[in-house]
Amino acid sequence: MREQDPDTRVSNFAEVPLGYTDEEARAEARRCLGCRTAPCVAACPVAVAIPEFVGQIAGGAFPAAARTIRRANALPAICGRVCPQEDQCEKACLLGKRGQPLAIGHLERFAADRERREGRVEPPARKPECGKRIAVVGSGPAGLTVASELAGAGCAVVVLEALHALGGVLTYGIPEFRLPKAIVKDEIAGLEALGMRFVRNFVVGRTETIDHLLKEDGFDAVFIGTGAGLPSFLGIPGENAVGVYSANEYLTRSNLMKAYRPDAATPILRSPRVVTVGGGNVAMDAARTARRLDTVQSIVVYRRGEAEMPARIEEVRHAKEEGVLLRTLCHPAAILEDEEGFVQGIRCLRVELGDRDASGRRRPVPIPDSAFTIECEIVIVAIGNRPNPLIPDTTPDILVSGRGTIVADPADGRTSRPRVYAGGDIVTGSATVIQAMGAGRAAARSILEDLGQPVQPRM
Amino acid sequence: MNGIRKKEVLAPDIVRLRLEAPRIAARREPGQFVILRRIDGSERIPLTIVDGNAEEGWIDLIIQMAGAGTMRLGRLEEGEGVLDLVGPLGKPSRIDRFGRCLCIGGGVGLAPLLPIARALKAAGNHLTVLMGARNRERLILLDEMRNLADEITVATEDGSLGRRGFVSDAFRDLASEGRRFDHAVVIGPAVMMKAVSELTGRLGIPTTVSLNPIMIDGTGLCGGCRVDVGGEMKFACVDGPEFDAARIDWDSFLKRLGSYREFEHRGREKCRITGR
Repeated sequence: MREQDPDTRVSNFAEVPLGYTDEEARAEARRCLGCRTAPCVAACPVAVAIPEFVGQIAGGAFPAAARTIRRANALPAICGRVCPQEDQCEKACLLGKRGQPLAIGHLERFAADRERREGRVEPPARKPECGKRIAVVGSGPAGLTVASELAGAGCAVVVLEALHALGGVLTYGIPEFRLPKAIVKDEIAGLEALGMRFVRNFVVGRTETIDHLLKEDGFDAVFIGTGAGLPSFLGIPGENAVGVYSANEYLTRSNLMKAYRPDAATPILRSPRVVTVGGGNVAMDAARTARRLDTVQSIVVYRRGEAEMPARIEEVRHAKEEGVLLRTLCHPAAILEDEEGFVQGIRCLRVELGDRDASGRRRPVPIPDSAFTIECEIVIVAIGNRPNPLIPDTTPDILVSGRGTIVADPADGRTSRPRVYAGGDIVTGSATVIQAMGAGRAAARSILEDLGQPVQPRM
Repeated sequence: MNGIRKKEVLAPDIVRLRLEAPRIAARREPGQFVILRRIDGSERIPLTIVDGNAEEGWIDLIIQMAGAGTMRLGRLEEGEGVLDLVGPLGKPSRIDRFGRCLCIGGGVGLAPLLPIARALKAAGNHLTVLMGARNRERLILLDEMRNLADEITVATEDGSLGRRGFVSDAFRDLASEGRRFDHAVVIGPAVMMKAVSELTGRLGIPTTVSLNPIMIDGTGLCGGCRVDVGGEMKFACVDGPEFDAARIDWDSFLKRLGSYREFEHRGREKCRITGR
């Protein structure tokens, strides 16, 4: 897929990949072998009927392709952009054995974008009202999926969002250049057309508790999809210096509060040298955002090797093209600050990789006396999150793991409390958008089951 | 949209807004705060709830027009409203029957102090209030505190009302009389809370302060409001906003408060000059 030139795109926040033309999409779609076993479908967390929609694109039946995707996936324009297809459908693609796998993600994105452009987003058929009321906590990928499945099945769904804007991580976390907010808005507007209601500025655990929703507000079930939670920090000296951000804060300032715009009311520090600590997609998002906010030298510091980075290969490639430098095998030991408390640099130790740890990755071992300093004015800590305590603390008897995540069966989303379900990062810890959507879909099925409602057969 | 039912100008740059907020009014407890956004594009501003009425469905906020965002809020009139209002956020104050309680408030810090003082009084404590401001004109909530306190001392920097000096001077007076207290709550500008809580701490009075760090979401997401409390990283929005004053790393807190000083100055000037 064609992309914005790296030198140009570091001075704007427009999307990097430009999308297929009709001809490009049809040409790519025609590469599909149409194999009967369809391993791609089995590898998709929400089981999109991939060969079917690809065939429709090949035949030029673009609106039909979009409808096919929507049967399984309520947010195709988003998933086409942010799913790690290389680890899922495209990894399973037989074409990949001998060359490039089919670009399923790009085709999904094409079908969804084309439908959007033509203004033909048709809400899927809705069943008659069943009289059940469901509260969905959080309007991120997990919550939106549950909500759309249940609304489609005829439930009255109310989505409660803590922030002033909907979309969860899609809105506050993923940058505009990777997922334009207009697309998130459109996808959500499409869901609203299904009849679900969105309530913003509602913090479950504070504004109301789960028990209140069930007992006083009369909801038949509650789904908890509150997401990643509180940012983790390194626990090294200097982390409270001025210029140290969690990736959550840096990205929220830029994405949710639009601090990248010159006239924004919310500030964000801009400076020539930024170090981002971490190796995931969020670290790439932060380092690439920094490049677009006047940073000349944007360095990603990661304690393992490049091969071990959890970020998508495409995101690492995009970051490198934009001039982001990777310093791997590098262990942050302290953030240095000047007399006024402003960040001056980050002190690191070199690392060698030792034995494999529980995750199967080789354990980083700092080398004694190998300390060196990277000078910078901003440090962004992108090493993940720990669960938000607001709901566990205010919901008696809900089972919580030692890590603070809510315990829910990954296969059905059921928690230790009847009528309370959970899915997404609040259950798994930091994971992907599509995994959260898969969890949402599973939870929606058990909610319907438990409420004695018919469950549609899985496609 | 949350409508403004009533506006009262308390001082040249301090206003009290009564906002339509039935859910928050029903649930709020002393010490909790809200975050509001005036219009689309505005910043998110955290403010402690001063008062509220569950039956009538309103909460009161007191706003000091210090920066561009608060200036714009302060210019709102009755009948207008704010686009977004979320809360109640933060942990409620710890209210107990402590015995002899000391409530010390400076400037607009008196606003978050009022509901705490009220709850302490209702819990059966003996209440001593020390309240301070730059001058008589800027001293807020005097009548409310008078009605509540068992004893009260006012301090103004210019001596236009009560004792000339700071609330810390008023506290020194009490201390020199050999007065003893079982619990203190100190709320005001960060430098004042630091200075006063050092004095109360020296006399062994367990002292709580309410922090007002920079924050965005108020639900734990951003970590911008992190504070070093006893060597542990705490988030004021979910772990606070009240903490044991003796355990706070004040220097680090003060430094972080100033993160955007330059930006704030520019915003204030623009707002002052253009009136927008």
